[in-house]
Amino acid sequence: MIEWWHLLVSFFLANVFGYGGGPSSIPLMYQEVVPNHAWMTSSGFSNMLALGNALPGPIATKIAAYVGYQVGGWPGVLIAVAATVVPSIIALIFLLNMLQKYKQSPVIKGMTLLVQPVIAIMMLLVTWSSFVESTKTIGYLQFFGIAAVAFYFIQKRKIHPAFVIVAAFVYGGIFLQHS
Amino acid sequence: MKLSKQLGGRGALTNSYIQIATAMFRTGILGYGGGPSIVPLIRYEAVTRFKWMEDEEFGEVLAIANALPGPIATKLAGYLGYRLKGVGGAIIGVLAHIAPTCAAMVGLYSFIHFFSTSTIIKGMIAAVVPVVAVMLAVMAYEFGEKAVKGLGWYAGIGFFVISFLLLQTLSVHPAIVIFLFLFYGAFHNKLQSLWKKKQQKGETI
Repeated sequence: MIEWWHLLVSFFLANVFGYGGGPSSIPLMYQEVVPNHAWMTSSGFSNMLALGNALPGPIATKIAAYVGYQVGGWPGVLIAVAATVVPSIIALIFLLNMLQKYKQSPVIKGMTLLVQPVIAIMMLLVTWSSFVESTKTIGYLQFFGIAAVAFYFIQKRKIHPAFVIVAAFVYGGIFLQHS
Repeated sequence: MKLSKQLGGRGALTNSYIQIATAMFRTGILGYGGGPSIVPLIRYEAVTRFKWMEDEEFGEVLAIANALPGPIATKLAGYLGYRLKGVGGAIIGVLAHIAPTCAAMVGLYSFIHFFSTSTIIKGMIAAVVPVVAVMLAVMAYEFGEKAVKGLGWYAGIGFFVISFLLLQTLSVHPAIVIFLFLFYGAFHNKLQSLWKKKQQKGETI
C-alpha cells in the first residue's frame, strides 16, 4: 500500500518537473527509481531504457508502466502511468478551455500569432538534433536518401506517413543492420 | 441513417471515438524517439487526415502544451480527445496512444536481450529517424510560413532571430520563451494599431 503511494508521488514529481516532453524527464525518473527508492539497480534501469527505446511511442509512459509493474503489479502500472500523464493533461485542458472562451479577443489572437515563430524555431531545433544523431549512425548518404524519398511520398504524393514509416522499417531492417 | 448520409457515409471512421482511437493508436505505435518526435505524426492525423482543427489552432495547442511540464505526446492525445468528445474522448485518446506500448514494455522484458542487441531492430529504428526529421522540418517550415504571413517579413524574421537566440544561444528554458512570447502577444495587436495611428498622423501633418 505504501509502495503505491510512493509510486504515485515519484512519477508525479518526476514528470511535473520535466520540461520538454518525456525524454527530459528520464533523469528525474532515474533519480526516483534508483537512488531514492532502490526499486531497480542502475544497470536494470539502463536495460529497461534500452528496451523502451527499441519500442515505439512516448518514453515516459513506457518507463512508468515498467517500473509500476515491478513495484506493484498491474495496479502499480495504473498508478505510475496515471501519475505521469493525468496532471499535465488536466492542466492543458483547463488552460486551453480558458483561452477558447476569449478566442475572438485581439489579446488571444495576438498570443496565437506570436507563438508561431517560437514553435517554428523549436521544431527546427528538434529537426537539427535528430539530423545530427542520425547522420552519426547511418551517415549523410543514407540520411538524405531516406529523407528525400520520405519527403516525396509524404509531401508530394500525400501518402499517409504510417506507410512510409513501415517501408522505412523494412528498408532499415534489411540494409541498415548495425550493432 | 440520416446522420451517416450527411457525413458522407465514410463508414466507421465518421464516429469520433473511433477516429480518436485510430489516430492515437497509429501515432503511438509508429513514433520513435519519444514524445517530441511523435508531434508531427499527431499533427498529420489531427489536421490533415481527420481535420479536427486548423493548423493555427494546432500550433496554439502545441505551444501551450510545451509551456506546461510533463510528457508532450500524451498531453496532445488527451487534449485532442477531450476537444472532440469530452472526458471520455480524452481517456480513449490517451489509452489508445500508450496502452499498446505499456503492455509491450511489461510483456517483453524477458526478451530484452534480443531487443537491445538485435542488429535488425537497430537498423529498423535508424531508418525511421530521417522520415521523422522530414516531418519535423516540414512542420517547422509551415509554422514559419504562418508567422511570416501574420507578422510580415520584417517582424516575422525578427521574432525568428529572437527565439533562436533565446532558445539556442542563451539556452533559455523553452517554457520561459513561450511565456515571454505569449505575454508580448497579448499586447501585440494593441501596439500595432497604436503604431499605425501614429504613422497616419505623421503622414497628415
